[in-house]
Parts: sequence; C-alpha cells; structure tokens
Amino acid sequence: MTQNSASKLLNGDTVHRTKQDKKTGGNGFVKNHCLFQQKRYRRPAEKNHHASCTSLYKKPFVESFEETPLLVAVLTYIGYGILTIFGYLRDFLRDWKFEKCHLAREREEQKDFVPLYQDFENFYTRNLYMRIRDNWNRPIRSVPGAKMDLVERVTPDYNWTFEHTGKVLKDVINMGSYNYLGFAENTGTCADAASECTVKYGVGVCSSRQETGNLDKHEELEKLVARFLGVESSMVFGMGFATNSMNIPALMGKGCLILSDELNHVSLVLGARLSGATIRVFKHNNMQSLEKLLWDAIVHGQPRTHRPWKKILILVEGIYSMEGSIVRLPEIIVLKKKYKAYLYLDEAHSIGALGPRGRGVVDYFGLDPCDVDIMMGTFTKSFGAAGGYIGGKKDLVDYLRLHSHSAVYATSMSPPITQQIITSMKCIMGEDGTTLGQERLCQLSENTTYFRRRLHEMGFIIYGNNDSPVVPLMLYMPAKIGAFGREMLKRNIGTVVVGFPATPIIESRARFCVSAAHTREMLDTALNAISEVGDLLQLKYSRKNRHGSEGTDLFSYLESHQD
Amino acid sequence: MQFAPAYHLILEGILILWIIRLLFSKTYKLQERSDLTEKEKEELIEEWQPEPLVPLVSKDHPSLNYDVVTGPPSHRIIVNGKECINFASFNFLGLLDSERVKLKALSSLKKYGVGTCGPRGFYGTFDVHLELEERLAKFMRTEEAIIYSYGFATIASAIPAYSKRGDIVFVDEAACFSIQKGLQASRSFVKYFKHNDMEDLERLLKEQEIEDQKNPRKAKVIRRFIVVEGLYINTADLCPLPELVKLKYKYKVRIFLEESMSFGVLGEHGRGVTEHFGVNIDDIDLISANMENALASIGGFCCGRSFVIDHQRLSGQGYCFSASLPPMLASAAIEALNIMEEDPGVFRVLRDKCKHVHKALQGTPGLKVAGEPLAPALHLQLENSTGSRTNDLKLLRAIVDYVRYNSRSQITMCVLSIRVVVTVEQTQEEIEKAAQCIREAAVKILK
Repeated sequence: MTQNSASKLLNGDTVHRTKQDKKTGGNGFVKNHCLFQQKRYRRPAEKNHHASCTSLYKKPFVESFEETPLLVAVLTYIGYGILTIFGYLRDFLRDWKFEKCHLAREREEQKDFVPLYQDFENFYTRNLYMRIRDNWNRPIRSVPGAKMDLVERVTPDYNWTFEHTGKVLKDVINMGSYNYLGFAENTGTCADAASECTVKYGVGVCSSRQETGNLDKHEELEKLVARFLGVESSMVFGMGFATNSMNIPALMGKGCLILSDELNHVSLVLGARLSGATIRVFKHNNMQSLEKLLWDAIVHGQPRTHRPWKKILILVEGIYSMEGSIVRLPEIIVLKKKYKAYLYLDEAHSIGALGPRGRGVVDYFGLDPCDVDIMMGTFTKSFGAAGGYIGGKKDLVDYLRLHSHSAVYATSMSPPITQQIITSMKCIMGEDGTTLGQERLCQLSENTTYFRRRLHEMGFIIYGNNDSPVVPLMLYMPAKIGAFGREMLKRNIGTVVVGFPATPIIESRARFCVSAAHTREMLDTALNAISEVGDLLQLKYSRKNRHGSEGTDLFSYLESHQD
Repeated sequence: MQFAPAYHLILEGILILWIIRLLFSKTYKLQERSDLTEKEKEELIEEWQPEPLVPLVSKDHPSLNYDVVTGPPSHRIIVNGKECINFASFNFLGLLDSERVKLKALSSLKKYGVGTCGPRGFYGTFDVHLELEERLAKFMRTEEAIIYSYGFATIASAIPAYSKRGDIVFVDEAACFSIQKGLQASRSFVKYFKHNDMEDLERLLKEQEIEDQKNPRKAKVIRRFIVVEGLYINTADLCPLPELVKLKYKYKVRIFLEESMSFGVLGEHGRGVTEHFGVNIDDIDLISANMENALASIGGFCCGRSFVIDHQRLSGQGYCFSASLPPMLASAAIEALNIMEEDPGVFRVLRDKCKHVHKALQGTPGLKVAGEPLAPALHLQLENSTGSRTNDLKLLRAIVDYVRYNSRSQITMCVLSIRVVVTVEQTQEEIEKAAQCIREAAVKILK
C-alpha cells in the first residue's frame, strides 16, 4: 500500500502513517498516528523517561519510577495474605465473644434497623488500619514549621483508644507538612499583618460572596492573584476542595467530555462526577494515551449517537502528590491546540514551589499562562493559609462569579487568612521590598536537589521528577509502613506514611515534603536517620548503580547470580 | 494399512490450507469502524469546533458586580461607601465584633501561625481541633463531634459517607443546596416529599414498605435515611421533629438533621431544634451544622453517637482529603461557645427581636412575610408575581436599593425573595425604621 499522509513532528522528523505495514514497538504495541514517539530506554528493572522532543523542553525532564523488584512484590502479597487470615480469625473471635470488642455498637433501640455499615466494608479498617493507626492523626501543638512539637500519645489497648500523657515531644523535624516555602510561622511580617487584620475585621464573614460577604480585601487579593499568575482575572474561594468540586460542574455539563489523569485528586474526580459529563481516564502522564483518547473522541463523537462532543476538557495536576511527578505541560499544550480541547490545571502543590519565580508549573517550563484555559490552585501549601483560586480570561471569571455554586451559597474567605495570602504573595513577588521571597525559592530548589540526590545515593527507590519537592520513598511491605513511621518518630523525625487505598496495594510509601525552612543540618539529621532506619528495615531496594553505599547484599547477591 | 480415499485427502488438505490462512490473516477488529479512512478522520478533527468554554455574559448583569464591603461586616456595615445597618449577614448573636473572640484568635495566631499546611491525617490535627470537638460534643450533649474546614462541605461530605448507590434517601423539597450536592455525590435514590408534609412522607414510606415485601432479601441491605433541616434556609420554617421521630421508629429509617440556621438560635440554651421540641438527642442519628452563622467563625461540624460519627474520620471526603481548619478560627469558635454557655439569656433576647421584626413586617402592601415568628432570617416574597422571573428580580432589587439608600438598612436578595436577618445587636428604632422604609419602597415600586 502506498503511504498516506505524512505529518511533521515538531522537531522535524516525519511520521509516516501507513495502513498495512504497522511496525510494532519494543513492548508489543502498535505505534500509529501519534505525534510523540517516546523512546523507552529499557534497562533491567527500570523505566526512565526521557522526552525525545527536546525542543519543547528547555531543560532535561528526568523522572524515574523504578519497577518493583519481583521478590519484594511476592513477599508483600504474602504479608497481606497473612494479615487477611489473621483478620478473619480475629473477627471470628470477636463475634463469638472470646475477645473483647472495642468497636462502638449500634443502640439497643435501633438493633432491628438495616445495619449502617456492611461488615466487609470495614474489614480493612478494623484489621489492618487499626494495627498501625498511631502513625496518622498525630496532634501537634506548635506552628507546623520546619520543627514542631508533638503531643505524646499512648495506647493501652493496641490503638483502639489513645490517651494523652501530657508530655510534649519537642522539636520534631517536620517532613510531613506541606510547608514548601516556609510561610507557616507565627512571627514576621505575615503574622503581624494577619494580626492587624484580625483586630480590624474580626474572624468571620457570615455571608456569601454574592450577598454581603465580598470584602475589599477579597477584591485586592483577586487582583494580586491575577497579577501573580499572569492572567487577566481571578476569583478566590474559601476551600481548595470546594473550588474543584463546585466549579467543574459550573463549566461542564451533559454532552461534554472530560479526560482525566489516572491519579487525579479526589476533589477533581468528584467535580467531574458531579458535572454529569462523560469521563474517560488516560494513563498517568502518558501522552500517547491522551492523544489516542482525543483522537477517538473527535472522530467517533458521543457513544451510540455519534453526535460531536460539545467541549472537551483535559484535567491534570501540576505535581501529583503521591507520585512526585510533574505534568508534561508542553506536550499537553501542543495536543490541546491541535485538537482544540480546553485545559484545566490544578496547581495545588506546584504553585509557589516550582519555577524560578515561584509561579508554578507554567513558569517552570517557561510557557505562556494564556495557553492554559483554567488555572486553579490552593493557598494551603506554599502560602501558609487556606482556600483556593481560579484564574483565567475575564469572560471565564465573570461567568464563574455568576454561576459558581461556591459564590452563591458558600461563605467567603475569612479576612485574616486573606491578609496572610496577600502578604506572603507580595513577599514571593518581591514587592515588599526584600529579597526574602527569592531566597526562599532558591533554598527550596537547593534542598530538593540535595535531598533527592542523597536518598538516591543511599539506595532507596524514590519516585518522581528530580525537581519536585514531594519525595515518595517506597516501602512496599505492610509491616514496614508501621515500623518506618514509629522508628522515625523515635529518632525525633515526623514522617508521613501512606498505604492502601491512597496508593496501589503493593506500593505503599513514605512521603517527604521538603521545605525552604529546612536548613542543611536538619536535612542531614533526617537523612542519617532515614539511612539508619533503611538499614534496620532493609529498605534499600534500588538496583541502579550507586556510589559508595553498603546497600542490601541480598539483592546484589541475587542480581549477580541471576545471569 | 488401509489407504484413505482420494476425496478424504483432498478435503483434509483444503482444511489444513484454510487453517493456515486463518492463522496468518489479519484479526477482525470490531471497534475499528472501517467506513472512515485516515484522511476522513483527519478532516473530522480539523473541522470539529468546540463550543466556547463559557457562554457570553452580558456586561450589565445585575449580579456581576458584587457590592463591596469596606471594613468588617458587623452591625454597622459600609456597603459601596455608604454606612448602613446590617440586616443581611447571618450574625445572629452579634459575635462578629466581639472583643473576646478577637483576642482569643490573636493569641492563637501568635502560637500557631495562620495555616495548618496539611490534612487532619498528616500533622494537621492541632490540640485546638481536639478541644473544639470535645466542647461541641459536650455542648450538644452527644458522644462525639467532628469538624470540617468549610461549612458547605460538611453535610455535602457527610451524606455520601453513609448513603451509597442503591440506598434510599427521603428529602424535603426545600432542602438547601449543600444537601442537594451531597445527595448527588452519593448516587443514591432520592425521593422528595412536599415541604413539611408528614402525610406525603408517610405515603412514600408506605410505598417503600410494599416494595420491600416483594423482595425481602434486598430490603435487608438497603439503608434508608431522612434528611431534613431544623430551620429551613429557603423558607424559614421549622421541621416537625417529633412526628419525624415517630416515623423513624415506625418505618425504621435514620434521620439526618441539618441545623445551620437553628444552632445557636432555638432552644433554651441554643442547642437547636432538638432542645426546642424536647426530643432526645440520641434519637437523631446525625446532626450537622455550620459554624458560620451563630458562631461567627468558619467551618462546620457533625455530632452524634460515636458509632455514627467515627466513620466519617476515614470516609468523609471533605475531612480526609482537605486541609484542616486554621487554628485561629477554631479558637474563635471555642470562645464563641464559651460566650454562648455563659449567657443563655441572649437566645431569649434574639427570639423576642425575631417576633418583633415578624410583626413589624406584616401588612407590607405587595409583599408577604414567609417564615416562622421564631426564625431569625425571614423572607419577603412578592404576593403577585409579574409573570416573568427577571421582572420579579428587578422589582425586588429596586426595593433593596431603595431601602439601602433611604434608611441605610442593608437587606439582601435571595433567589426569589428578599431576606431580612435579625441579630441581637439591632435596636428597636432601627427595626422600626427599616420596616417603615420597606413599606414605603413596596408602595412606591409595586404599585
């Protein structure tokens, strides 16, 4: 068959689309009509993604998601199997009253009602989560800055109830709070400005934006946010979660298509569901998957009726908080322009944390903010406050002012919180007259690079992009989740561990959030402790070349005897 | 050895050749619509034009430019540069500019900073949150309480945590927007009954009972809920709680009560509609309220028995996946609770003022007062509608503007009525003046 159309890739290579002779790629799938052909460098047990379209990326985009070693995967499944068997045994003992039941029970008068919870829904909570529950919900009693004070808790009955001893664990290094630029502080210009604002305005608002809740502070903040992002206009909301779940339904409806990344946050998924549009999911950060979905959507139209779609929206996040990966924004913008879709970018974790000027993932890639149709973000992480915003063209924001459920029915942001955001944003932009903002941005990126490099050298499996301040460290086995959290706390370091259902069942991890407030000594202390615990629990699974580290001999032994 | 006849061999040979052909030919793809060629597909892609992201909004839409409030939205509020008396913010107990609350918030700010930088599970739980939860549970006399960081998200996260696909929820028609969003997120069957009409509800329950008898096995696993509000925000009515409790035990349904407007208003000590009617609080499975009205803070809470509330700590989406309430707002709420507990007389004062306002607004020509005399947020609706919604809205807006201009009282629009809010800080003369101005406006504009 003769070749049909040839289309040019952006870097000048041509892709020939033929009907008959489709070559299969290295892993067996057929490459067809895709703009981007990513070469996959297949080293044993590793997937390293390097973008071949180097003209789109101004600096190297390096991220790695090392594959789970086979032995570890098998042991993890065995671990979960043993836990499940014990879970059934304990449930049996509890039912037959051999063991005391600590769970709260339904009232006597309502015993014949339909049970509120099904037994199997809570099986995981009762039998697996309860065992290691002390790693979460740890109460603190200080600023959640680089160091914090934890309230000491003891449990007399294996985590069913907790008691506060009254003692306080002081100066625990905080590797868990989303304090990327270190604005969680109780002294300094931000705190002073917020205090003044509290005295003048009070704490509450008692009304929605459309009624008497629109303070002059909100208008000031919206203009500032628009200037910060480089867009025409913006609107702020009282809660980041509600921003997504209330505004996506206002923009999309029946007959529209939403293409959402596999690992999107719950608020984006809820917003997409509430809108009533059709949702299709593409593989995480995978541009071929996205392009195929776009292609099929436009060619085939709506299912069954084949009418054309009214609008197509691509939902992505700036930094994915469980993976530490950064979205491939340049490629998405090319796709979006080609297929005329709209782009919704949720920068909850990346605003303030990425980019030379702290303007988020658009700044990091050096792109034009006008290319992103809807820029959404939250103020909780880098600005040390609470709330969310949406920025974009003036028409978009005007429409949201009228039709967003949040503006009509929900209370507006509290005044001291608004002031905190204004002060911290001005600090980042350098408009308060100091270079504090720029220093913090540099400190954050230095800390990130240092932390990731050292962990990598020690031999841990770290997921994500080299520039993202969110660092997931893989644990895999269920027992290690609890052990890691507790051992780190013994060494006075507060960490966050996550397991199922926030992550796939065998990929449980510990997640570190690097902050600009961390000094080099704090990071070194933390790294030494992590290395100690890593040796104790045999967490150094990585099989890549590492310089000068002991590493787990089991794996190197196996590898050397494999061939 | 027997020789096979020739036709056998030929037949088998043909069969083998056929199998070889089938093995090596292309697979038949069902999805690929072979009617379109690659060229046609590309043309389709080039021709397709999406709708604009948002439809055009006319520049002079009345709600587009919000009224700007300079300074705090307290009793004397400055709207668009003019100072007015506030009949619009839900500041029922006047706690917005309480000095005590502000001082407490300041001291909390000096200790904890502003934000919490994390959800409750990851170092976002402060001791003030735990204290606030205990205090709320003690105040409402329940076992446990749970706090959310945004009032809207409270009931909208609580309903989907219990009611899933296949469960049945009976809801009042006049339920507020956050309840509707919660129901939509839960994907359950929703059955609306007429506003405050217990017979209609009983009819629906009886129908469901008949359905159950047809399929008893399925009926044993379907959960049923009734969701009502204590004081409805849309109509300012009370819900008939004692009858609901009777229906609950008769038909074995659980009750979820939304008390945003009645918390801190009804009842001898401000405990809401359960205290007002003298109903045992354990009979209500879940009470949800937001702290943005009477408590003059931000956020919301749910309270009830531990058996019910504890479940939300792992499955309430607005709780697990969202940052926790800033500690200064939690401290402000604790101080507001202290003030409420110290001085229970303020609720009687508020109720008297509500009755007063209700009486003063009766007899306004062209507008009828909708709502209980006890309700702190009354609705004034047009008696005779002009027939078109936009014209109605224009008339109501004209009244609001006239009142603001002439008597310096700020009332506000809400869907298709005017809402007048009563707070303890309003004096007798202010109420009289506002009522008189509303009458004048009605006479002038609604002739």
